[in-house]
This record gives sequence, C-alpha cells and structure tokens, in this order.
Amino acid sequence: MVPVSYYLILSGILFACGVIGFLIKRNIITIFMSIELMLNGVNLAFVAFAAQWQHLSGQVFVFFVMVVAAAEAAVGLAIIIAVYRTRETLNVDQVNLLKL
Amino acid sequence: MLSLPVFLIASLIKTVLVLVILLTAVAYTVWLERKVVGHMQNRWGPTRVGPFGLLQPLADGAKFLLKEDLTPPHVYKPLFIAAPMIAVVCALSSIAVVPFGTSLPIFGYNIPMQITDVNTGLLVILGITSVGVYGVALAGWSSNSKYSLLGGLRASAQMVSYEICLGLSLVGVLIVSGSFSLSEIVKAQGGHFWGFLPKWNILYGGQFIAFFIYLMAAYAETNRIPFDLPEAETELVAGYHTEYSAMKFAMFFMAEYANMITVACLATLLFLGGWHGPVFGPALLQALLPTFWFVAKVFVFLFIYIWVRGTLPRFRYDQLMAFGWKFLFPLAIANLVVTALIVAYRA
Amino acid sequence: MLHLVLFLVFGAICVAGAINLLAQTHPISSALSLVVVMASLAVEYLLLGAEFVAVVQVIVYAGAVMVLFVFVIMLLNAGEEERTKGSRVAMILGVPGVLAGGLLVAWALLKRSETGSVALGSLPGYPKTIGNLLFHDFLLPFEVTSILVLIAIMGAVVLASRPEAQTPPPGEES
Repeated sequence: MVPVSYYLILSGILFACGVIGFLIKRNIITIFMSIELMLNGVNLAFVAFAAQWQHLSGQVFVFFVMVVAAAEAAVGLAIIIAVYRTRETLNVDQVNLLKL
Repeated sequence: MLSLPVFLIASLIKTVLVLVILLTAVAYTVWLERKVVGHMQNRWGPTRVGPFGLLQPLADGAKFLLKEDLTPPHVYKPLFIAAPMIAVVCALSSIAVVPFGTSLPIFGYNIPMQITDVNTGLLVILGITSVGVYGVALAGWSSNSKYSLLGGLRASAQMVSYEICLGLSLVGVLIVSGSFSLSEIVKAQGGHFWGFLPKWNILYGGQFIAFFIYLMAAYAETNRIPFDLPEAETELVAGYHTEYSAMKFAMFFMAEYANMITVACLATLLFLGGWHGPVFGPALLQALLPTFWFVAKVFVFLFIYIWVRGTLPRFRYDQLMAFGWKFLFPLAIANLVVTALIVAYRA
Repeated sequence: MLHLVLFLVFGAICVAGAINLLAQTHPISSALSLVVVMASLAVEYLLLGAEFVAVVQVIVYAGAVMVLFVFVIMLLNAGEEERTKGSRVAMILGVPGVLAGGLLVAWALLKRSETGSVALGSLPGYPKTIGNLLFHDFLLPFEVTSILVLIAIMGAVVLASRPEAQTPPPGEES
C-alpha cells in the first residue's frame, strides 16, 4: 500500500523539472519537450487520484490530455520547422526581432 | 491458478525455450528464403554447406561473429551502438504474449503455452512495434551519412504510416472477438460452421478485407518487398544500415526476420484461427497437436511472404506513401465501420 | 512491500530521466531521456491498475509523439550543442522559485495524511469500462477532440509546407 501523496510528489517533481527546463533551456525543441514532461506529470496525478477515489473518469481524462498533447506537439513542431526555415537557428534568444 | 514459485519457474523455462526456438527459427527463415527465392529464380540456393545447405545459417553466424566490427570515426557513438540493440530487443519481445497452443499438463500442473497472458495483449504488440521505429530512425541518424539519414527517415516514416493501417485492421478483429487478450481471441475462433468450415476470423468473422490490409501493412512494417525501398541496394546503398558491419548488421538482419515471424504469428492468431485444428490421439498428442497446427499456419504465412518477395517489384517511395494513406487507410476505416454495423445489427 | 519497491525503482528512473533531460545539451539525448521517462511512467500507471492507459501511453506518447520529435531533430539537424547565454533572470529567480514551490507542496502533502493509500492495481482500468465511459459520459469531449485533431492536422500541414516559389509570368522577361 503506497500512499497517494507519494504519487503526487513524483508528479510534482516531474512538473517542476518541466518548468525548470522551460525556463533555462535555449533550444526551442528542448523547451517543447519540457512542456511534454509537464503534461506527463499531470497525467500521473490524474491516474493517482482516479485510483484513490475509485472513479475511472481520471483515466478517461488522461486520454484527453494525451490527445491534446499530441495535437499540440504536431502543430508546435510545424511552427518550429517554419521558424527554422526563416531564421536558420533554433536558439530562442536569436528569435527576438519581429522582422529579420 | 498456479502458485508463485511454480509460475516463476515455468515462466523462466518457457522464456528460455521460446527465445532459443525463435532465434533458430530466425536463422532458418533466412535459409528458407534463400532456397525458395533461389528455386523461383530457377537456381539452387545454398547447397554446399551440409545437406540441402541446412548448415548455411551456422556458417553465416560464424561469419558475422568473426568479421571485423568496424565503427566509422564520424558516427555518434552512443546511438550507433544502441540502435541495433533497440531493434533486436523490440523484435524479440513481442513473442511474449503469443499463445502457441492450449495448456500442457506437466507434472500435474496445467501450464499455459504462452509466456504471459495480459488483458491488453494485442495493444502490447502494437506498442512494441511502435517503439521499434526508434531503432531504425536512430540508426539512420547516428551514422552521420546522407544515405543512412535518408534511408532512416524514409523507413521510419513508412513504418509509422503503415502502423496506423495495421492497428485499424486489427480493430475489426477486436470488434468481432470482444477482447484484447490474444488467448481469448483465439478461443473465440473455435468450432465450425456449416458443418466443416472452421470459424476463423477470416471466414466466419468476415475479416477477409482486414486480412488483406493486414498483409500489406505487415509487408510495409517489416520493410519487405514490395515496400523495401528504404533498404534497397540500388536505391540507397542499403539505407539505414549502410555503415554497420558484422555483429551490428547481423542484429538488424535478425530483427527484420524476427519481426517477420512475429507478424506471421499475429496473423495466424487473429485471422487464421491460431492453434485450432483437427485434434486426435492420446492425451500427450492432443496437447501438442495445436502447437503443430500453429507452426504450420505460421509457416504458410512466411511462405507467402517469401513468395511475394520473389515475385513483385518494389514501389517507389511516393507511391508507397500514397498507397498507405490514400488507399489502405480509408479502406481500413470502411472495414471498421462495416464490421461495427454488422456486429451491432447481430447483437 | 512489492508495490513500494516497484514504485520507488520506477519513480527513481522517472526522476533520473527528467534530470537528464535538463542536463543534456544535445536535443536528441534529451528526447531519448524523455522516452525513458514516459516508459517508466507507463509502468507507474500499471502499478495503479490503469493497464489501458499504460499501453496507450507507450503507443501514443512514446511511440508516436516522441518519434515525431526525433524526426524533427533529425531533419533540422541543427542540433549542435546549445549555448546558454540567455536571460539570467529566468534562471536566478525561476529555478529556486520552482524548487521552493515544489518543496512547499511536498511538505504540505506529506504532512496531511488524509489522502489515503492505494493498493497494487487498485483500480483496474479495463478497456471495456473505459470505452463505456468514453462513449457514454464523455461523448461530447470525445467528438470535440476529434475536431481538434482535424484542425491540428490541417494546421501542421499548412505550417510546415514549403512556400511556393514565385516565378515571373512568361512574356515579361524581355
């Protein structure tokens, strides 16, 4: 029997790592991956609460989070490709002018 | 239900046995392909090493082990070494959920002829196939050469596209059987209808279109002719495994043939009735005959694989992708809708 | 006991993968550590009994979304090691702030013992029951997400397509 708080702490650690990655990384793709890490942490919290309250809606909601994450990944990566084509760089610090 | 120590020992023995048999089957599938394609092309195939060339796989294995294992200086080493390992591990793992027969009564216990029977066995195989794409993509990228990168990208894009059609064709089977567990799906195909025709999913379940889609998606997933442009020698100098030599190349080779065998096992389980077949004789024979029927059906499927390889030319890459997305995908969805309607109407 | 051991082992792998994602400079290594995180998260879901969610996590997240990331990293091939010369404010304020917030939440969670315990596989998430829920109670969100995916597909295709080259009309060259 593992307390639910352990699962929530693990979920919190993953979320915190995602936020830290979002703040300190300079490569667009790595920043995007930190967002995915945050979403994964949230998924774990959903499933843990579903197990605690014995209600399957938590697991169903995880599906929706996954679908939204997949759609967001697809569109975000397309935007990254478009940005790379015009700016020739993947470093966010160099994408700082509205007009080239 | 078996007690825990019996279960562990039985699983260990089953795992070792299945791995040994699978690796031998991979080696002899290579032999079978060379003989069959050779005879189709009106030549003998390997004949010199042992009777009918049966020791040829041993000679090939020795060659791969003793060849110089060359790592070019410009590759990204960690992924270069890890990619064939990922490919082989994923190719050999799917066999864990495949039921080879009914249960075997040994020493008073009824040991099921399946390493694990998970509730979501079909999805486990799909998941392992999805992860296997990494082996190909990372091999192509880490080799740091343009042929490898192009071959790796094309192969992984092809595998990802046809995975969707593969999954959709299997959903039809799921609707008819009502369970994800592979042993349940096989059990649902027992019995006969109209007197003598077996209730296989391809006949009674009406999944012949799904079988056709599965066949073509399987050829594309395992990068075999007619879909093997990413590794054709005249196109891309062997594609993603251009820079690999000796044992690492042998691992890719093994992974391809192990994937073929896994796909053949899955086809017999889902469409051709698994281990069902005429059973007769004493008790021990009755326990072993289902496995024999299973192996016979897998062999028929592999023979069709090799037959197609010897016969058809290969698709160009844009034709391949157009075929997958514009023909197979709508056909799979249509099959799904029709199957769902028929099952709902019958219920 | 077994539950606790398995949870700690795979939780440690998750955290190690997450920290590796932050520590690596090459995006491909970060992507592969994220795949490791997702795979160990799938095991954690299995420990909670959510077998269908675990397998879908492997198929969709680790097997499709991350493959897409790896494709883009391979295609753009600008994955040389990145140089950290950006905003120092974010790093100085943000990282300790997040850590402090995380520690506060962890302390609050561990102090209150009203959240109970879960047993190994306590809520079996069979595909059948999840399917029932998805198509009965959650039908509207399901249909809306299908439209969302359609829009995402169209958007991605439009955004990633190459701009059309402008050729001068014939007859204006002389």
